[in-house]
Amino acid sequence: MSRHTVNVTVNGEVVSEEVEARMLLVHFIREVLDLTGTHIGCDTSNCGACTVLLNGRAVKSCTIFAAQVDGGTIETIEALAVDGKLHPLQEGFWEKHGLQCGYCTPGMIMSAKHLLDKNPNPTEEEIRWGISGNLCRCTGYNKIVEAIQYAAEKIEQGDSAEEVSA
Amino acid sequence: MTQLDDRIEPHSPLPEGVSAQVETTHDVRVTTPAKICGVGHAMKRKEDPRFIQGKGRYIDDIKLPGMLYMDIVRSPYAHAKIKKIDASEALAMDGVVAVITGEDLKAAGDLHWMPTLMSDTQMVLPIEKVVYYAQEICVVVATERYIAADAIEKVVVDYEPLEVVIDPHLAMEDKVIVRDDKEKKTNHIWHWEAGDKEATDKVFAEAAHVVEQSMHIPRIHVVSIETCGMVANYNKATEHMQMYMTSQAPHAHRTIFAMVSGLPEHKIQIISPDIGGGFGGKVPIYPGYVCCVVASLTLGKPVKWIEDRSENLQADSFARDYHIEAEMAADHDGKITGLRVKTLADCGAADAAANPSKFPAGMYSICTGSYDMKAAHIAVDGVYTNKPPGGVAYRCSFRVTEAVHMVERLTDIMAHKLGEDPADFRLKNFIRPDQFPYKSPTGWDYDSGNYQAALEKAMELIDYPSLRKEQAEKRKRGELMGIGISSFTEVVGAGPSRDFDILGLKMFDSAEIRIHPTGKAMARFGTKSQGQGHETTYAQIIAEELGLPAEDIQIEEGDTDTAPYGLGTYASRSTPTAGAAGVMAARKIKAKAKKIAAHLLEVGEDDLEWNVDKFQVKGSPDQAKTIQEIAFAAYTNHPPGMQAGLEATDYYDPPNLTFPFGSYICVVDIDSGTGEVHVRRFVAVDDCGNIINPLIVEGQIQGGLTQGLAPALFEEIVYDENGQNLTGTLADYLVPTAVETPKWELGRTITPSPHHPLGAKGVGESATVGAPPAIVNAVVDAMWHLGVRHVEIPMTPQRIWALLREHGVAD
Ligand code: FES
Ligand code: FES
Repeated sequence: MSRHTVNVTVNGEVVSEEVEARMLLVHFIREVLDLTGTHIGCDTSNCGACTVLLNGRAVKSCTIFAAQVDGGTIETIEALAVDGKLHPLQEGFWEKHGLQCGYCTPGMIMSAKHLLDKNPNPTEEEIRWGISGNLCRCTGYNKIVEAIQYAAEKIEQGDSAEEVSA
Repeated sequence: MTQLDDRIEPHSPLPEGVSAQVETTHDVRVTTPAKICGVGHAMKRKEDPRFIQGKGRYIDDIKLPGMLYMDIVRSPYAHAKIKKIDASEALAMDGVVAVITGEDLKAAGDLHWMPTLMSDTQMVLPIEKVVYYAQEICVVVATERYIAADAIEKVVVDYEPLEVVIDPHLAMEDKVIVRDDKEKKTNHIWHWEAGDKEATDKVFAEAAHVVEQSMHIPRIHVVSIETCGMVANYNKATEHMQMYMTSQAPHAHRTIFAMVSGLPEHKIQIISPDIGGGFGGKVPIYPGYVCCVVASLTLGKPVKWIEDRSENLQADSFARDYHIEAEMAADHDGKITGLRVKTLADCGAADAAANPSKFPAGMYSICTGSYDMKAAHIAVDGVYTNKPPGGVAYRCSFRVTEAVHMVERLTDIMAHKLGEDPADFRLKNFIRPDQFPYKSPTGWDYDSGNYQAALEKAMELIDYPSLRKEQAEKRKRGELMGIGISSFTEVVGAGPSRDFDILGLKMFDSAEIRIHPTGKAMARFGTKSQGQGHETTYAQIIAEELGLPAEDIQIEEGDTDTAPYGLGTYASRSTPTAGAAGVMAARKIKAKAKKIAAHLLEVGEDDLEWNVDKFQVKGSPDQAKTIQEIAFAAYTNHPPGMQAGLEATDYYDPPNLTFPFGSYICVVDIDSGTGEVHVRRFVAVDDCGNIINPLIVEGQIQGGLTQGLAPALFEEIVYDENGQNLTGTLADYLVPTAVETPKWELGRTITPSPHHPLGAKGVGESATVGAPPAIVNAVVDAMWHLGVRHVEIPMTPQRIWALLREHGVAD
């Protein structure tokens, strides 16, 4: 199995690692970089638990080889809160009870971030389609939709933060 | 010495001053200010900050030094003899540490078989034959995950395929015997009856109207987004076995592991970390867990096993699979008089259902539901087939889903047949509020209910009369619109120790509270949240009782070394059992706190009264001691003759089960061109008794509704005639996304449980149980005039389209 050096910016930090050609990006993130906020929920690219932003776009990191992201920029859930201030999406999920077990949550939030980055004022329909690549078994999605609406409003008001109190 | 820790004394079943008559209200009761956040506050969840920041700690996040990885070789046949397992090529690979087969387990002390939770047996790894597709054949342990995955491909297994039996009706003929390890060569496992057969036959003989319907509640899968997994970590020097495990019942699992493996129980620690959804799928012990433990025991190193999604969808966490034949009788006035039910329970290759011991068909006999009738009789037969063991109580208190589906379908069929409006028919037949506590014909003691109030509320919220008008107009235009109702009653909170145990372990649950000197607290419970929000609701319960801010109370569960013994979280039992234990433990603390306050204020205990968060002197509220001051005194200035400290433990044995209920109304439009069912509206009125956190309750109901929509419209585990699972990946097994999920409209009534110390009943499963028949009833209602009487679930477009064509509508 050939090995490749991957130079990639992850959550603002440049990392350089040698990986097996077949290593999945999700395993690279979780096991090499120890960023375990990105989860795995399937083996057929259906669940979206592994969603991260690659060069600003939401991707399923179980569907990409680590070697393919050489030179790229990756953002994971761990980078969303800045200086102890939650991102409006994180705030929205907390405020609106947009999570239960929390397993789908990081992927769901990253997909929502991609959606809001492209479309700051999505309709409910657009939000539902925007997260249609992410499965949640616990919440029934209604409160996730509300959480994303909350974040969209908050971002529009330019008020982007709340102290993390716990 | 004042001894307040009455660990050995049982408490009286009914809290003082509580009568069985309760009122129904609509508003959530709140008695504490927001800074305390006791019961009734819509508190934001305490557990969320870690989850929204990617700092949860789930099973696959556990990484121990020197950890090895296990992967499983699985059978491509549903029934086959194993002639040979050749692992030499795998063992020769770099990084492969061990291969463990059934023979190895046998040599390690007959560990190749294990008991199921129903006291049946199940193979851990087979020696002679496999009995289901994807069955575990042997395991490979390697230094890396990818190497283990490569190595399982190199294990060569020589099979001799045998004839397969998949249909439980055929299995009853005993031509193919699934379990020839058993003395009796039959697939029939058990026969179980409830109710009074003679009385029921009499009621049917005298009935003016009888309807009958057969239906299949198909096998489905829990699909928690996290699969199952374990990290077993055996230390050969200390002989201590630590297991991180996706477990909904860590204490019970510890005891079972001790009994099966022979490891002493004090040397076993199970830690159930954050769980990515359970829904019943993490109640049984699967072969993978046992193999992982054996691998670590043998190798003396930490071993991790994480199921792939396809393995999970093919080998474990299956539910339902009841083949039902039911009849309902009614008199001349359209009053339901009886129910007669025969059911074939397809258990798969082992009876591994997680039912309480005395109840092989779980609480299926709750199937008389919300209706007052004279007699009922239920007969269920369990049967083996060549499928993986099923019977997980998937978001359901042991077969309540099947029971509710059946009775709600029959009620609807009867109403339609009599030409009565299904809502009026239900209102006429409900158990009346003044009949509670109600003894059902199958022997359940319903604690409280007000079914009329819930249905009327749902009808008002959805504006039922105008929907019926709209339907009539649409029907004239040939449009297919249907309105369906489900007025379910659940039975949850197992349960009283006289009747309920799992493998002999009584189904109590526990809480232990410690108040620290600075007035902060730690509480541990015998249950285990998988997303239900226990860290918040339990804190609110204690806050309510003791006046400590919920923020100041740390809740812990899941570590058997620290938490008090409990039976775990499933069957909506956490609030009815462990929640009640929390209340009782808090009340013990309060009793001691009162003595301390009396000492500090130099008054008699009788002179004191409780006021939210303090004891004050009656008539002079300025003289008071807050709970925080009392806590400090408990360690610094406790009364002479009293033990220091402020702690209590309670093991709560509930006096009865609880009976949550609700009425759901669903509106569907059917596309006669494609057969597609569109759920246009869905109103859910739930009554789960007193509400601890309305936000969490809403979340539970919405999640449950989506898990009720799923089997009604999309989900089914399908096997071909060879026993191959055709729905073994998430690409084939259709879990609804945000796009298919409607906007749920919720309402509530509140009819407290008279015997629960907070009047709460449990809510986690109501919606999954109640939703499917509402949707089916709506679909049938849309097509009744065409001659359609029943639709099996899942109601896929193909199925509906075929029905429409059969009835001359679709082209
Ligand atoms: S893990 Fe399921 S889509 Fe990536
Ligand atoms: S919160 Fe559990 S899967 Fe979404």
